[in-house]
Amino acid sequence: MATTERGNELRAPGEPLPPGATPVSKKRGFWAWLNKRLPLDEFIANQLTGYYAPKNFNIWYFFGSLAMLVLVLQLVTGIFLAMFYKPSAAHAFDSVQFIMREVDWGWLIRYMHSTGASAFFVVVYLHMFRGLMYGSYREPRELLWLVGMLVYLALMAEAFMGYVLPWGNMSFWGAQVIVNIFGTVPAIGPGLVQWLRGDYGIADATLNRFFALHVAAVPIILLLLVMVHLVALRRTGSNNPDGIEIKERTGANGKPLDGIPFHPYYTVKDIVGVGVFFIIFALIVFYIPTFHGLFLEQPNFEPANPLSTPAEIHPVWYFTPYYAILRAVPNKGMGALLMLLALVSLLVLPWLDRSPVKSIRYKGWICRVMLAVFVISFVGLGYLGLQPAEGVYVILARIFAIGYFAFFWLMPFYSRIDRVKPVPERVVYHAH
Amino acid sequence: MPIRLPLRRLPALLLIAALAVGAASSTRVLAAGEAPSDADWQSWTANANVTDVASLQRGARDFVGYCLGCHSLKYERWSRLGEDLQIPKALLVKDLIPPGESPAGYITSPMIESDAEKWFGKAPPDLSLMARARGEDYLYQYLKTFYVDPQRSTGANNLAFPQSAMPDIVASLQGLELPVYRTVETRGADGQMVQEQVFDHFKQIAPGSMTPQQFDQFVHDIVNFLDYVGDPQQEMRRAMGVWVILFLLAFTWLAWLLKREFWKDVK
Repeated sequence: MATTERGNELRAPGEPLPPGATPVSKKRGFWAWLNKRLPLDEFIANQLTGYYAPKNFNIWYFFGSLAMLVLVLQLVTGIFLAMFYKPSAAHAFDSVQFIMREVDWGWLIRYMHSTGASAFFVVVYLHMFRGLMYGSYREPRELLWLVGMLVYLALMAEAFMGYVLPWGNMSFWGAQVIVNIFGTVPAIGPGLVQWLRGDYGIADATLNRFFALHVAAVPIILLLLVMVHLVALRRTGSNNPDGIEIKERTGANGKPLDGIPFHPYYTVKDIVGVGVFFIIFALIVFYIPTFHGLFLEQPNFEPANPLSTPAEIHPVWYFTPYYAILRAVPNKGMGALLMLLALVSLLVLPWLDRSPVKSIRYKGWICRVMLAVFVISFVGLGYLGLQPAEGVYVILARIFAIGYFAFFWLMPFYSRIDRVKPVPERVVYHAH
Repeated sequence: MPIRLPLRRLPALLLIAALAVGAASSTRVLAAGEAPSDADWQSWTANANVTDVASLQRGARDFVGYCLGCHSLKYERWSRLGEDLQIPKALLVKDLIPPGESPAGYITSPMIESDAEKWFGKAPPDLSLMARARGEDYLYQYLKTFYVDPQRSTGANNLAFPQSAMPDIVASLQGLELPVYRTVETRGADGQMVQEQVFDHFKQIAPGSMTPQQFDQFVHDIVNFLDYVGDPQQEMRRAMGVWVILFLLAFTWLAWLLKREFWKDVK
């Protein structure tokens, strides 16, 4: 299947051009006509066949391309949902049921969209964890990390507003709780909340503006940020599990010795990842679309009712780590501040890590233990955010919150004193 | 050679674990031949099975007979019900659809909301999504735990939904039941021993028209029917999923062969 000329030299068919040269396409006809007007060959040569990625990517490197896939999936299914959804307090719930029951394939599109929302956070969290493990946030990729974090924040806004749209009772009360967090902002809090809602309570006006933001404003911002994220990635090149800069060792052709062209090597590899992802995705969509009340919660099968509070109000699972931090503090303003700090900690991470090595493979035991503490704390907080805030749960939430913050704010100290292992000159790769 | 954590396989392991937990919690284990006791009513399960079309048909008949007077299924059309439950149109029109209503129409109740609020203090809820909102087991427990309570204006109360506004409409089938309590001693928050009345079992004071087995089947059928109404295309969805996943498995296998072929060259 693979051609030998490509195979032996690991060189892409379209060799990247020297700067300033005009590409002369050997192709004729429409492709040549197009290329005269659009730099398509150049784009492919620079961004795909001529972009060299480290050859030692492991399973953790699937989640970036999968996040892109889910983004597209959400956009496409979202467009079809918007054709039947009605953004009004009087009709929203009914219109969702209409989609589920009477629109041809409506149930499939809707389950794909609701499962896609959770899948988005699953792949993004794994993608971020990959960055944490291998030091992908370190110099020279600080901006890449920062833009990625902005993508994450935009995604949170997108998911929150999308969750309100079905106008179920959990949508309503979840919106109530989350919007009220903004009320803790000093001085302008109450006015800010009213401005966000567009009414004195969560109401028709709120739903309508959330719809506008969910289908237009935030997706545009998301797409822009993702583009900047990719451009920044192309500038610095990908990190890898060894945390070695492959650009520092180049061969006779000026290309990294440990790099391989993104296309075809990583395109064919990512397609395998896409296949596995879709199998798991289909298992959920076709067999456990509510995921036992985690993706679609039971109270949300009842229409929004301002007079009837669900027994337990909590946001969807992907927000619960922060929600648990908020509730761990008796003072609501302080809780909100800590929640904000939890996000800011992630943002400033590139400047907290002082370790001489990037990857966890060569960091010492302190860094490994702290990363484990972080993971346990984050997952633990996520679980506690779904439980009632009482008794031992509150104490546990406080312990995990300390674990969460310790990982970040002690990092300048422990990452410096931790004993690191020698980093090899070339990436570790076993042919398979 | 640096010591490495087996992190490479961690995402795969996590996914397998998550799916295993999901699958395990969706399978309800019921000890064979064990009659569930009244005191354990909170662990009663409906054993809903939407592939049992005969049960769904009986459930539809009983819903129209006993529930439709007050409760609607406003998201379900009569015609959809007929198709999905394999009820011939003539029979549907003759036995189920109220006179004057169109088969294309939604299943609505003749009760007027303002009247209902006057009579019960609260309009009876639409039941289209009740099985999804509360779970089938809850509905099963609710329909089986009505008891006589002279203090209520309806004369009835319920264990699963205390102070429920709904009258005991299944009394004529189940008979009238009184709760029997037993006294247990527990240590209170202040360390003192407190005596508490705990529900133990039901005592029938007047028989209904059904045997306990018949009544259990009746409740099972209605809950099964409500499970279907909550998610009418669920059977189709599960049947289709197999083919989608088989296709994806084939696709992934081919993609993997392609990847292996290309990656042969990477040394």
